[in-house]
Amino acid sequence: MKEGGTMPPARGTMQYIGASLPRANALRLLAGRGQYVDDLQLPRLAHAVMVRSPHAHARIVSIAADAARDAPGVLRILTGPDVAQLCRPYVGVLLHVKGMRSAPQLPLALGRARWQGEPVVAVVAESRAQAEDAAQLVEIGWEELPPVTDAETALDPGAPVIHPEFGDNLCFERVVDTGDVDAVFARADHVVEATFVTSRHAPMPLETRGIVADFNPAEKHLTVWQSTQVPYMMQWILAHHFGLPETSVRVIAPDVGGGFGLKIHVFGDEMAAVAASLVLGRPVKFIADRLESFVSDNHARGHRVKMRMAVSREGDILAVDMDDLYGIGPFSGYPRASVNEGLQVVNLAGGPYQQRVYRGRSRAVFQNKPMYGQYRAVGHPVACAITEGTVDLAAAAVGMDPAEFRRRNYIPADRFPYTLVSGPTFEKLSQHEALDRLLAMMDYTGLRREQAELRPRGVHRGIGLASFVENSNSSSATYGQGGVSIAAQDACTIKLTATGGLAVATSLTEMGQGAHAVAMQVAASAAGVPIDRVKVVLGDTDATPYGGGNFGSRGTGIGGEAVFQAARALRANILAFVARLTESEPSLLDVREGNVVDAESGALRMTLEDVARTAYFRTDRVPRDFQPELTVTRSYAQKYYSGVFTNGIQASYLEVDTDTGFVKLLRHWVVDDCGTIVNPLLVDEQIRGAVVQGIGAALFEQCIYSPEGQLLNGSLIDYLVPMAAEMPDIEIGHCVTPTATSELGAKGAGEAGTAGAPAAIMNAINDALKPFGARVTMQPFTPERILRALGKAGAA
Amino acid sequence: MSTEAADTLEISLQVNGAPVRRRVASRLHLADFLREELGLTGTHLGCEHGVCGACTVRVDGEIVRSCLVLAVQADGARVETIEGLSAAGTVGALQRAFHERNALQCGFCTPAMLLAAAELVERQPDASREDIRRHLSGNYCRCTGYQAIVDAVEVVCRAHRAGGIR
Repeated sequence: MKEGGTMPPARGTMQYIGASLPRANALRLLAGRGQYVDDLQLPRLAHAVMVRSPHAHARIVSIAADAARDAPGVLRILTGPDVAQLCRPYVGVLLHVKGMRSAPQLPLALGRARWQGEPVVAVVAESRAQAEDAAQLVEIGWEELPPVTDAETALDPGAPVIHPEFGDNLCFERVVDTGDVDAVFARADHVVEATFVTSRHAPMPLETRGIVADFNPAEKHLTVWQSTQVPYMMQWILAHHFGLPETSVRVIAPDVGGGFGLKIHVFGDEMAAVAASLVLGRPVKFIADRLESFVSDNHARGHRVKMRMAVSREGDILAVDMDDLYGIGPFSGYPRASVNEGLQVVNLAGGPYQQRVYRGRSRAVFQNKPMYGQYRAVGHPVACAITEGTVDLAAAAVGMDPAEFRRRNYIPADRFPYTLVSGPTFEKLSQHEALDRLLAMMDYTGLRREQAELRPRGVHRGIGLASFVENSNSSSATYGQGGVSIAAQDACTIKLTATGGLAVATSLTEMGQGAHAVAMQVAASAAGVPIDRVKVVLGDTDATPYGGGNFGSRGTGIGGEAVFQAARALRANILAFVARLTESEPSLLDVREGNVVDAESGALRMTLEDVARTAYFRTDRVPRDFQPELTVTRSYAQKYYSGVFTNGIQASYLEVDTDTGFVKLLRHWVVDDCGTIVNPLLVDEQIRGAVVQGIGAALFEQCIYSPEGQLLNGSLIDYLVPMAAEMPDIEIGHCVTPTATSELGAKGAGEAGTAGAPAAIMNAINDALKPFGARVTMQPFTPERILRALGKAGAA
Repeated sequence: MSTEAADTLEISLQVNGAPVRRRVASRLHLADFLREELGLTGTHLGCEHGVCGACTVRVDGEIVRSCLVLAVQADGARVETIEGLSAAGTVGALQRAFHERNALQCGFCTPAMLLAAAELVERQPDASREDIRRHLSGNYCRCTGYQAIVDAVEVVCRAHRAGGIR
C-alpha cells in the first residue's frame, strides 16, 4: 500500500481521469449496430428450446419424446440422463463458508424436478419455431410431490425435505454473537423492534439470458458466445464440466444487454445447449424468452428479518439483535453459492454505525422455487433497510431528529480502519461529510418546514434518510478462498501500435456500465496518449489477459487499476527506450499528447509513431544490447481487505395518498463516495439506475407464488418494474475518499444506489404515515399494504 | 402447429425505403421477420408481450410494437427501423444527445427508446419533463435511471422548437 496522502506524481496531469466524456462504444448501440448474442447467425445454426417442469416438486415418471423426435426439423432430443453422460454434476458450496451444504445438480432434471420452470428436456431443431412446435409434443409423466414453498415452515419437523440425505432443508446458518446482548437490552432506556420483509424478485435485464455454443469436432474446440459478465469463469466451468482442456474452450461476451449479477451464474438451459452442440457437432443457440426468464433466472432477496435495537436516552445505539431467514432455490447456486446475501445481512446489520454489542443470525433454507443468487448489491439492501428502518424507530423513541441520530452514531472519523464485530473492516468512510452534503443539497430544514405546512391541508409527505455502505473491490475472500475458480485479479495488456496508438486488452467486461470507456480514459491518461488513439478489446478469452470480469462493484477498482499499471509500465518502457536512443535519462523525459518530450521544456523529442517505427521496423537503429518492450501486461488484485467499502447516504421525498395508498416520488438525493471518479457522467447515471432498481424493490417488484409453488405473476404484464413516468429526478453528489489500496484510488459505484434506495423509500413512507401511527415494513410497499397499515383496507 | 406451405403467405412491403418481397409464415411476427429474414437486428425483443417496448418500429409513420404485429399484417406497409432512421433528422439529433448525456448503458432498449422519443419530439416539441416521462413509460430501461434519457429528449425538444433539427 502506498503511504497515506502521497499520490503518484503523474496523477495531477491525467487529463481524462475525472472527465465526463461520452462513451465511444455507445455509438454502435445508438445506431442499432450492437451485436447481442441473439443477433448472431452462424452456418448450420441449430436452436434449442426447453421443456420445463410445470410443477414445483414432482417425480419424473416417464418421458415420451418419439412424436417430438419425428417432428419437422428436429435434430436431437436431450433428457436429463443424456446430458448427465456429458456433464459432470455441480455442487454450489463455498468451502470456506462453514457448515453450508448443497446437493449435486445437473443441467436437466434427473428423476425429480425441484422447481416450476426447471429444465427437463432440451429439443434441438433447425429453427426455433420447429423446436418450439416439437417441445409441445414431449409428454412427461409426473407424480407430484409436496413442495416446500414457505421459508418460515421449511425447517418445521413435519416439512417435506427436498434433499432427504440432509435430514432437513437447512442450507446454511451463520451466527455472530459478542455476548452481553440480553443484558444490554435488559438495561437499555429504549428498545425498538420490527420485522422487515423483502420480496423475492429478479434482476430482469432487458436482454434475456442467451448462448450460442459451437463445438468443432475436427479440432475438438468449443467456442461459446454468451451474454455473460464473466468469460473466464465460464471458460473454466465449461472445460471442467464437459471434460475439455481449458485451452480448447473460448468464451466470447458480445454486447451484453444488462447483467446486474444475473449473468454470473451457471444455468441448466445454457449448459444443455452446450451439451447439444457437443453431441451435434454444430452450433446451437438458446435464448430464454421472457416467460422462461421468470422461472429460470436466479432470483434474490426474499428475507424475513426480526430486528431489535437497544438505545440509550442520549441517543447512542447500544446493541443490535437480528434474526434473518430466507429461502433459496432447491440447490445452492453454482458456482458462487446462494449464501452471500445472508452473509452480508449478518455482516452489515447495524453496520454504518459504531458496533458494540451484537447478535446476528442468518439462515438460508432450501425451497421449491427458482434458483437464487447474487443480484446487484447482494444482501446490502436488506441490511440497509433493517438497520435504517430501526434507526428511525430509535430516533423517534429518543425524540431526536433522524439526521442528528445518525450523525451521533456514525463511526468517528478518527477510528478508521474500523473493524465491525461481525468481521468486515472499513478502510475509510466519509459518513459525516456525506450527511452534511446531503442535508445541504436537499435543504433538509426547508423540506421539514414544507412537510409541516402541508400536513394541515391533508397533504402527507415524508422524508426518508438511508445511510449505506457497499462492499467493492473484493479480495479472494469472496470466492477464491472458497475453492471456486473465480479470479479475484484482473489484468491488462497494452501494446503500442505501429502508428503510436494504444491497443488495450482487458479482462474487464462491458454490460453497459462503461468498463470500455474507463479502460480508454485510464490508459490514455496514464500513458500520455490522446484518447482517440486508444482501442479497447474486452470480453474474449482468446484476446484478453486472465481476470474476473465484472461483478461486485469491482470493474474500475480492480480492472481499472490493472489498466492504470499497464499504461504506466508502457510509458516507463517508452521513456527508457527513448532515453537510450537520445542519450538522455528517462527522468528528463515525459510522454504527453502522444509525443515523447523534454520533461522540463516540453520540447518534442520523438513522436510515439517514430518510437514504434524504430522499435518495429528500424531495429538497425536500436542498440544491440537494448530490446524495447512496447507490449506490457500488468495485473492487480486487492489484498488488504476482504473488500474496500464505499459509503454514502440517500434521501427520498415523497407523498402518500392516504385515501388510495399510492406513493408519488417527488425527489431523491444521493451522496456517494466511490473514491477516485474516472468519469462522473457514467458514475452519476449508473447510481441513478441503481437507485431506480432499489425503488423497484421498494414499490413494485415481487414474485408472487401460490401455496403449490406456482409463480402467479410471471410476465412483464403482471410483474411491475420501474418505468420512466413513476421515477423522480435524482440528484447526485459526491465525497471523494480514494482507497489507499491502489494508485488509481477507485472504489465501486455500481451497487450502492440499489443498497440504499429501498430503506430511504420505506423511511419516507413511514415518515409520511407517522401522524396516523401507521408503519409499513414489508416490501414492496404497495397501495394495498399502505392502506392496510392505515386500517383502511378490508380483511380480504 | 407445424409450418406447412399452406401456412405461409407472400407479402410485399417497403422496409427502410427499399422494396421487400418475401413468403413468410403467417404466424411470424414483424420483429422476427425484421431480425431473422432481413437481418435488421437493431430491433430487439425483450418480452414479446408488447410491454417492454424494445421492439418498437415505425409502420406507416406510427410507432408500433413489432412483436404484436404479424409480418403478414405489414403487407403493403412502409416499415422503418433504427437502421433506416439513424444519423439524420430527429433520430440523429436524439442519438447525439443520448451519446453526450450517456442516456444509455447496455443499449438494448436504446433503438426503440429513440423511436419512441422521436415521435414525441416531432409531435409535441413543447413537452415538459413529465410529458416526456409519460410518453416513454412504455419503454423499459433497466440500466439508466431514465433521467439522462429525459434530459436528452428535453434538449432535442428544445432544439426542435428553435428549428435546430433539419
